[in-house]
Amino acid sequence: MNDQQQTLWDFMRQQSDKLATQTLEHIGLTFISLFLAVLVGLPLGILIARKRKLSGSVLGIAGVLQTIPSIALLGFMIPLLGIGPKPAIVALLLYALLPIIRNTYTGITGVDASVKEAATAMGMSKWQILFKVELPLAMPVILAGIRTATVITVGVATLASYIAAGGLGEFIFGGISLNNTNMILAGAIPAALLAIIFDFLLSRVQKLNFKKIKAGTYALPVIIVLLASVYFIPSAYGSKLTAGFTPEFMGRQDGNLGLQSKYHLKIHTIVISDAVMYKAAYEKQLDVISGYSTDGRLKAYNLVVLKDDKNIFPPYFAAPIVRDDALQKFPDLEKTLNLLSGKINDTVMTELNYRTDYLHESPEKVAKDFLVSKNLWRPERGGSDGIVRIGSKIFGEQYILANMYSMLIKGYTDYDVTTKTGLGGTKICFDALTNNQIDFYPEYTGTGLLVILQPSQQIVNSVEGNKEKTYNYVKEEFDKRYQIKWLQPIGFNNAYALMMRQKQAAALNVKSITDLKNYLDKK
Amino acid sequence: MIKVEHLSKHFGKVKAVDGISFDVNEHENLVLLGTSGCGKTTTLKMLNRLIEPTHGKIFINNKNILEQQPEILRRGIGYVLQNNGLFPHYTVGENIAIVPQLLKWDKKRTEHRVSELLEKLHLSKDFLNVYPNELSGGQQQRVGLARALVADPPVLLMDEAFGALDNVTKAKIHAEFKALDELKKKTIIMVTHDVQEAFELGDRICLMDAGKIVQQGPPADLLFKPKNRFVEDFLKEQRLQLEFKAIKPPPPPEGGTFKLHGAVLPAEMSLWWMIEQLKFTKAESITILDHQHKKVGQLSFEDLTSAFYQYKQQQRHE
Repeated sequence: MNDQQQTLWDFMRQQSDKLATQTLEHIGLTFISLFLAVLVGLPLGILIARKRKLSGSVLGIAGVLQTIPSIALLGFMIPLLGIGPKPAIVALLLYALLPIIRNTYTGITGVDASVKEAATAMGMSKWQILFKVELPLAMPVILAGIRTATVITVGVATLASYIAAGGLGEFIFGGISLNNTNMILAGAIPAALLAIIFDFLLSRVQKLNFKKIKAGTYALPVIIVLLASVYFIPSAYGSKLTAGFTPEFMGRQDGNLGLQSKYHLKIHTIVISDAVMYKAAYEKQLDVISGYSTDGRLKAYNLVVLKDDKNIFPPYFAAPIVRDDALQKFPDLEKTLNLLSGKINDTVMTELNYRTDYLHESPEKVAKDFLVSKNLWRPERGGSDGIVRIGSKIFGEQYILANMYSMLIKGYTDYDVTTKTGLGGTKICFDALTNNQIDFYPEYTGTGLLVILQPSQQIVNSVEGNKEKTYNYVKEEFDKRYQIKWLQPIGFNNAYALMMRQKQAAALNVKSITDLKNYLDKK
Repeated sequence: MIKVEHLSKHFGKVKAVDGISFDVNEHENLVLLGTSGCGKTTTLKMLNRLIEPTHGKIFINNKNILEQQPEILRRGIGYVLQNNGLFPHYTVGENIAIVPQLLKWDKKRTEHRVSELLEKLHLSKDFLNVYPNELSGGQQQRVGLARALVADPPVLLMDEAFGALDNVTKAKIHAEFKALDELKKKTIIMVTHDVQEAFELGDRICLMDAGKIVQQGPPADLLFKPKNRFVEDFLKEQRLQLEFKAIKPPPPPEGGTFKLHGAVLPAEMSLWWMIEQLKFTKAESITILDHQHKKVGQLSFEDLTSAFYQYKQQQRHE
């Protein structure tokens, strides 16, 4: 993979099919949601303009919906609506609701009272006043609300790819995980353009004079429905089982690409976020998922790891990586971080992950319990000899490790600690490290090799499958290229793995990836 | 024509209108006069049910309007608002044609009626396709009047219709208003706080205060036979002008008219108006004609002032 040398244009041309599909999906998702939001929001806005007592609570609820983080809202939808377009559309609709309701309400209540009185006194009925007076006069304000909602929806729709609803988010989040700037831009630029174009078009609609708006009010829903229908053009194809892979897994040689080239696995695949993937598998929305071998949810959701009998997943031993200048600045740091080295094996890590991911214990408590049990825990010294900045990626295991390191540093040194946890992916975490935003974070050898260094296939083949060789290679190269030091491995190997529900795997008699392939090929 | 019985409107504990009764005869112009908050506008709005009364009854043509469907009732009553309430998204033509549209007139009839009204109200036909915000205040008020008159309703309600206009425009519209023959066939109830306007346009005046009618009657009665101090004080300002406006010259002989510079003057004009006409046109006198259009006398400035003193004398002896 030589993405670095490839230009953005090359990438977009190469992936033009995917790009077109994703753009259409994106437009479709945006307008289905928008159409439904107008269908719900407009009457609600009219209702609360009539019954002002309701306005506080309706606007309040819509406001609260708006403040729920988008990824959390998508997460709430899974138990109710599963994965795919349905929950995505509902979530987008909820986001688009507030500006539409609020502007309808403001627009209608803002109509000059004497005009409304004149309309009543002339003998117009309530509905005639609504359609002939209030709505036409409120239309510029209502359109402004729809415009805001459109831009919000185009933006939030990128997140739809987290729950397998497609859209330009597939490129964006795939690119972030894979450290592939071209891929990010191939998703981000069209998404930004869509927002700008729709905003511009709606601003033109808004400026039309009253006369033309009368015709426009009928034309607009038609246009929205047409755009919405675009979503259904790229239709899904069926297969016996459905796989859900993370955007990162989709684009990796030691991921889906390897599955295709070495196992020749052909399975109906949808792209989904790591955050909701396990649950979707548990709820039978998905049959095969790409997970991590130490993930606590493996235990929580009764999943089983399929044996990687052709060794396509390289070892992923975790170790803290630190910038050289941070090691100089904090002389006690290295030996403190190495206190953890060799202390956590796969089973221990899975157990710890299980406690945070499934039993919902706080990472802090889990970290402290572990350190106490190993006699590593010491009370804080309350030091003020500089501040060490710890980073972590956005999943439980990294939170636990970051907490352990924080406690060790506070207990064994005179440094203080700040944590910047939840950095969304390898690229973001690594960029934060190289740009001196954090001092260290726990990284995995396989990720360092394949995502950050991206060496030639020969080198990959030469170190593949061997823990020491991989570790030594990344350690050397990181030092040379980035002046970043790999400290001693913590002990566990959090490699990629394919997993299925235990029951289903047993029923289909699938134990390894080859078994899975054979099952799928049987027609 | 209109009969109001023991009408009340309470907003919570506040009695905005407190058990008032009055009658309006056909083709009469009744003015509800009073300071802001006296209940005059509330009273007016109860007549077309923009506000529903708490107690009391209202009859128009012997029909209890509270038993009628409000929309149907309103289509038969013209209504002119202070801030004109024209639809900003409708052209002048469309604004005037609102009620005909609700009554489902055919297009030709509507068009004919609209252009007829434009002419009567001295509005150019070019305004038909213009939006209200492009018109002056006086023009907007005329369009508002046209809109109220378009379906030829027998009753016209006017809520401070001329209140937002400057004095010059107001005087001009007052004159047009009095000259407009459409209005002579209407029963009009108008609300105003402007005493001069009430005396100029009203056949009868209901002076209101704190939700009650203090005195009702012809302008001259209020002026010369005030019921109490309140009425007297209310009419204190520019009293001489009011007196001239309240008094009418001796009428011409049966079937006769007044004429000035060859133009027939409307009957029932006040002394004030006649003096103004003389001064405006710099004429010496107004000619009195009998039913055969033969000159039977004339009224000079002196005749008009002596008519005023005669009237005052008469009041004193009564």
